[in-house]
This record gives sequence, structure tokens and C-alpha cells, in this order.
Amino acid sequence: MGLSKRVIPCLDVDNGRVVKGVRFVDIRDAGDPVEIARRYDQQGADEITFLDITASSDNRRTMVHVVEAMAEQVFIPLTVGGGIRQIEDVRRMLVAGADKVAINTAAVANPEFVQEAAGHFGSQCIVVAIDAKQVKAGDSPRWEVFTHGGRRATGIDAVSWALRMTEYGAGEILLTSMDRDGTRDGFDLALVRTVCDAVPIPVIASGGVGNLDHLVDGILQGHADAVLAASIFHFGEYTVGDAKRRMAECGIEVRL
Amino acid sequence: MSTVAVIDYGMGNLRSVCKALEHVAPTARVFLTADPDALVRADRVVFPGQGAIGGCIAELDRLSLRAAVLQVMDNKPFLGICLGLQALYDFSEEGGGTRGLGVLPGRVALFPSERMRDARSGQVLKVPHMGWNQVRQVADHPLWRGIDQDARFYFVHSYYADAGDRGQVMAVTEYGIRFTSAAGRENIFAVQFHPEKSQQAGLKLLENFVSWDGTA
Repeated sequence: MGLSKRVIPCLDVDNGRVVKGVRFVDIRDAGDPVEIARRYDQQGADEITFLDITASSDNRRTMVHVVEAMAEQVFIPLTVGGGIRQIEDVRRMLVAGADKVAINTAAVANPEFVQEAAGHFGSQCIVVAIDAKQVKAGDSPRWEVFTHGGRRATGIDAVSWALRMTEYGAGEILLTSMDRDGTRDGFDLALVRTVCDAVPIPVIASGGVGNLDHLVDGILQGHADAVLAASIFHFGEYTVGDAKRRMAECGIEVRL
Repeated sequence: MSTVAVIDYGMGNLRSVCKALEHVAPTARVFLTADPDALVRADRVVFPGQGAIGGCIAELDRLSLRAAVLQVMDNKPFLGICLGLQALYDFSEEGGGTRGLGVLPGRVALFPSERMRDARSGQVLKVPHMGWNQVRQVADHPLWRGIDQDARFYFVHSYYADAGDRGQVMAVTEYGIRFTSAAGRENIFAVQFHPEKSQQAGLKLLENFVSWDGTA
């Protein structure tokens, strides 16, 4: 009896459509985000995450409509990330019906923004998304924070960044391995475990899920509080229910 | 037509609460309001909330809502959600100490995270308590109708209610410690979790609320 580990399908949304890139190159159209979110909700998803990968402001407005439509039909928590740069962006998404926003690049550019957003709206709705790449292998590995979809190095140590963001009021960390994202090779478990054990707030593991055992590993070996995956669910290989049953078989507490 | 007022004091995701109520009560009129008169005229009232309790109480006072909120709690079916539960108690530790509305005896405290460990893995439990946890109903109540014992609801909070009157505890939940996850008396019911984000179980609770006559 207790808190269950969460399974979170992630939808990359571009101009109102769900896409999923393999290392951000091979982008395949996977459908209407609200329809897909409803399907995941029926399968037992614990939350839904929308990442807006659009660049233009016109398309950002489309995202607000997607969030509004979602909020009318799906009654589980929704996190929206991508392009959240100012307090007004946070407010717009929360008013549209998002429960949490994920802040990534803007946190690196201006860490006080996280503090300000948490102060305004409460830590419970501020997720800091960290895209990390391994920069040193071996016995004492090191990961650095990257921005702009993994293209830009920042020189910031990922673990100390996660701690700093916690101090600044983040309520949760969404941790993506840029080395694994889109590869289907499984999470970077050393990264996940290092961050999860370091911070006092919940951590969502992301990047690299290719099968159901990867989800199990993220929880049991990575110590993650939640696991996020995209492609294994989008193309019908597995349902969220399959994922949870596999996790339950391995002794993980899930909401079935 | 039955009316449901959702108190709009600028905190939290109010749209979700309204949409979920509209979903379960398509014939009711659900409206957000910061107008004390509208609150007093509504058939039933929902007090949602997220964020910090100091800001919540200060906003209620700034909008001159405190008296109306206390008045509707006298006789209308009333549902507090999350901070809307915590604010009903006498006192909260949050923000260096904040006086609540004092409608229910008890206090609100921060989860003692350093002393909380997962029974199975031994890992330190994270705060906020975020995600789906089980709700053990400890009292019969019309709002539990059709909801399984130990059903999971969605929680997100760092502070928990420690009820002063056990007779007013409607449910408990375990997270390192056992805390009050639902409380109430007479026409008042309040939950620490978010029914509007708790899928079928949560919608069922809201459906029960919109047809509740306010007697336990």
C-alpha cells in the first residue's frame, strides 16, 4: 500500500500534431494529440506530457487550443513543455488546463525564472526538464546539461543543476538522456540513479525506452519515481496497460 | 437548474475543476466566481486550491470572500480540494506559520521527509508527495458511494493535515506517515487529493458531490 510509480506517455507536438523523431531527425506523424491522449487515459496512463517542439508563435497558439481540448476530455494530470520562457507562458498554459509546465532552456538562460514561476504558481506545477549528455565515462562519470534539443552544450554539471533547481522551487525533474533519446536502447541508468538519489523531489526518467523491461529497470535500478516513454506506445507495440502489468509482475506498485 | 460555484481566488488550475464538474453534471450550471453574493446564492460550493496557504488566505481576505466562504459552510454542500482542505484547519506550519479558517480542529504540517522511507526499497520518500496513492475510507459517507475501498487518487502536496478530531476524518492515506486524506462534518467534505485529476474514481466523487444533499 502506498504511492504508485507513474507511467507517463509523452507526445511531441508540432503545429498541433503528434510527431516523434529519432534523434530529432526522422520525424514521423503519429496523429491527433487529444485523440491519442484519450486513448492513453483509457489504457491507464498516470499522466500525459505534451512537448511542444514548434518554433513559431502562431503554432504556439495552436498548442493552447490543444491543451484546452485535452482538459475538457481527459481527467488526469497534464504537463506541457516547450517554449515556456516567461511567467505569461506559464499562466497561459495553466489557464488553458495544464497542471504543470516543464521549463528547460529558459531555466538555463535565467535560473531565477524558475524561482519566480514557483513563487507565483507553486512548486507543484513547476517541472524542470534537464537534457543531459555524458561527457566523462568511467568510474566517476559526469553528465552535462544541453539545451536547444541537445545541440548546445552549457558546461553545467547535470547533478548539481538538478540540486540547484530543487533549491529554486522546482517540484519535479524531467530527466532526459540525450545519448539515449530515440535509440530504444533503454535509459541511461547511471544518470537516472545518480540524479534520483541526489535530489529530494520526484524524478521522471526519460530517453531511450524500447521495451517494457526498460521501464522496470528505470524504477528498480534507476530509482525513478516515474518513467516516460513515447514511441513504444505511439505505434501500438505496447499499451500503457501492458507496461503496468509488466511492472507489477516485477514487484513495482502501479495503478492498474 | 442546480448551480455549482467554484471559488475563484486566483490560485491553481480552476479550469480543470470546472470541466470535470461539467462533465459529471451536464445539466448543472458550473461557474467560477470571486463575488461573495454569487457564492451565497449558489446551491453548492467548491473550494479548490494549489500553491501556498498564506497566499490563499490573503487572497480570500483581499477579495472580501472570507465571510461568504464561512457562511456557505454553515449549510450548503461544500467541497474543499487540496489547499481547500488544508485551509479549513486552525493552523498551518507553511510560510513560517499561517492561521487557517478554523472550521475544522487540527493543524497542517510539512512531511518529515528525512524520516520517511519506502517500506520496500528503503529509499527516502520524495516531497512533494506526487502521484497516485490509495485512499482508505474510514467513515461511511455519501461521497464515497460507488468508489472502491483503497481506490487510488492523484495527490500533489508537501504539507498534510493532522486532524484534531478523529470523528471528522473520512479517509487516511499512507506516505511515510498516515495522514488525513479526506475530512468533513455535516455539509462539509474536503479532500487532499485532486478528484478532477483522478480519472474514474475522481469523477465519481464529483458526481456524488453534485447530487449530495449535504447530510452525512
